Amino acid sequence: MTILGDIFILIGSLFLFLGSLGIFRMPDVYNRLQAGTKATTMGAMSLILGVGFLNTGFLVKSIVIVLFIVLTNPISSSTIARASHKSGVPLVKKSVVDVCKDNVKKGEV
Amino acid sequence: MILTLSFVLIGLAVLFSLIRLFKGPTVFDRILAADTLAVITTALLVLMSLLFSRVIYMDVALVYVVLGFVGVVVVARYLEGGL
Repeated sequence: MTILGDIFILIGSLFLFLGSLGIFRMPDVYNRLQAGTKATTMGAMSLILGVGFLNTGFLVKSIVIVLFIVLTNPISSSTIARASHKSGVPLVKKSVVDVCKDNVKKGEV
Repeated sequence: MILTLSFVLIGLAVLFSLIRLFKGPTVFDRILAADTLAVITTALLVLMSLLFSRVIYMDVALVYVVLGFVGVVVVARYLEGGL
């Protein structure tokens, strides 16, 4: 159980670091959302479950926190992406397709 | 050993997010960096709860993640214009 908790904590902190590095390095708001939110969700989930494995008295509360993070973090990511696309933040030059462009013109997003 | 390495990695993550928070070209970058900082702070509070063996930091982390989510959603909806 201790080795499992250590591995989970290490994987979680590594994913938090990689997600933050993606936020620092990516060229665009949407790429930063894509890199940041998914990796940060995975990292926080793994780290909190690892803490719950290391100290078994914390396991129920850590599962509650993990459930809340998994339920709410994609909602905040989607809200930020919707708001930034609706208020006209341009995509990066190398991006291929913008599916929602016509919806913005008609005001239907 | 594992805890030291984990704290170093999380510190670097906080540093990169803070750089994006100060430097971000649009306001949505700053909101995204603030959201990421809220999640990283939650993980750090849970890790502190393991380090100090106190269960109260778990409750603090739960309240912190709820307030961070509500703040991010409210600010994004306000900037969209639909609040």
